Amino acid sequence: MSIAPPALEVRNLSVAYREAPVLRGVNWRAPASGLTAIVGPNGAGKSTLLKAALGLVPRLAGEVRFFGQELRQARRRIGYLPQRASVDWDFPATALQVAAMGRYPRVGWFLPLPRAERERARAALAEVGMADFAGRQIGQLSGGQQQRVFLARALALEADLYLMDEPFAGVDAATERAIIDVLHRLGREGRAVIAVHHDLATAPQYFQHVCLLNGGVVAAGPMETTFTAENLSRTYGGRLSLLDEAALRPAAAPPAGRPLRAVP
Amino acid sequence: MTLFLQLDFAALSAAVLACLACGLLGNLLLLTRQSLLGDAISHSVLPGLVMGFIVTGTRATLPMVLGAMAAAVLAALLISLIRRLARLEAGAAMGVVFSGMFALGLVLIEVSGARSVDLDVDCVLYGQLEALIWPAATGLSSLWDPVALADMPQETRTLAGVLALTLAGLALLWKELRLAAFDPDFAASIGFAPRGLSLVVLVLVSVACVAAFWAVGSILVIAALVAPAAIARLLTDDYRRQFLLSAAAAVLMGAGGYGAAILVPWLLGLGHGLNAAGMMAVVAGLLLALAWAFGPYGRVRRVSVA
Repeated sequence: MSIAPPALEVRNLSVAYREAPVLRGVNWRAPASGLTAIVGPNGAGKSTLLKAALGLVPRLAGEVRFFGQELRQARRRIGYLPQRASVDWDFPATALQVAAMGRYPRVGWFLPLPRAERERARAALAEVGMADFAGRQIGQLSGGQQQRVFLARALALEADLYLMDEPFAGVDAATERAIIDVLHRLGREGRAVIAVHHDLATAPQYFQHVCLLNGGVVAAGPMETTFTAENLSRTYGGRLSLLDEAALRPAAAPPAGRPLRAVP
Repeated sequence: MTLFLQLDFAALSAAVLACLACGLLGNLLLLTRQSLLGDAISHSVLPGLVMGFIVTGTRATLPMVLGAMAAAVLAALLISLIRRLARLEAGAAMGVVFSGMFALGLVLIEVSGARSVDLDVDCVLYGQLEALIWPAATGLSSLWDPVALADMPQETRTLAGVLALTLAGLALLWKELRLAAFDPDFAASIGFAPRGLSLVVLVLVSVACVAAFWAVGSILVIAALVAPAAIARLLTDDYRRQFLLSAAAAVLMGAGGYGAAILVPWLLGLGHGLNAAGMMAVVAGLLLALAWAFGPYGRVRRVSVA
């Protein structure tokens, strides 16, 4: 047990959509800093875990603490990166206007965005390589560029904990690189990132910790000791294809050949 | 000129004010894909109107407006409650609430005997724009004479107040409304409660609906809510310009429709005038067709109006 309180602590969390339970009694303590992947099969409740922690979906039972505090007290320290597909990209807004939403908590209600805050948002866009697209309508951006705008908006929050819902989903190689750079920078600064991640092949490269989820936590801890073939097979219920022990061996070189993916 | 001020000015202003208030708020509905909400609210006010009549026993405007506003807010609350508790999609929740409340209004008319004293269905459906006159006007100077302005028909003055309220709400919550419309989950995660904001929108739309109701009628409220925003959406991809262009379209729709109702019968040599509210919807339709044909986002890209 570390001295610092966990960035996210979930106790006995249960969530159901209508009758169907998605999360059943989840208990998990995320590390106080560093990069953590949430990995699990489709329908395992990965996104739901993030949303329930943030109070975006109602929870049946359970408690959530951020840095040892209630959500309300810790809100300013938390940054959420929703799934890119969760919004309508035809919405009339520029990349800068979207990134600037990350500064709204500093501005508060009713007041227009001051110039200084707009410049902070512009700097966040620059950090993800989108400075030249600040005035561009978001509908005209590629999927990867849209994801980088979302990332810039999250960075503009200057949070201590980031909850990211599939940041790498459907992005190009350049965007993937840009996101990794940002994640590493956040990790070096002692911030915590918890990201839903789908690609089993890259998970051990990108993240230091892992939470294997399927309705409940199957295993959680440091990547080297937790991301094992046995734990994965328990998480996915034997539905893994190309299950190659070599690819999963800790500290192994980036797995050559085909990436390991779950069979849907 | 004096004759125009006396006979047409109050009605023309009411038409333009109604289209402006509804048209501006319509942007927020269109951008969150809930344009149907206008339909829902304009139907839901009926039981409130009838209750206002039953309680006071008169057709005085104010109690009926208050009753209608209460019903509209109640409908808005019911819709968001049903959406949240039953986790139904917005269209289903609206359909249940507005058909139920409209039916309740009809039942109230039957059992209360309001029908026998003529709760005017025509007025409810088509508005009573032609009835708005300003006899106190004596010339252009009346436009800034508080005594003469106080004699404007109540419908026109109410609409001016509602437009002021709408503009104040949009100005005060400009960035918040954009945030909640674009990404409600992110808005909630940073503490800008999207539920509260959508409730503000619902209340503003309800108030504008009821106020406009008296000028253009319940059916045409829907046109005033949807058309200006839809026209603007075909012309721009910029959030601020979306509101400015929808305001311009609303003015064109209100004034153009009112003018056309007078000019078209005269040009065609018809013996009778045309319904102004109807002509407004026709003008709005024409503007929409023009925007679609020649606007930069018309034929190129499909815009969902649902």
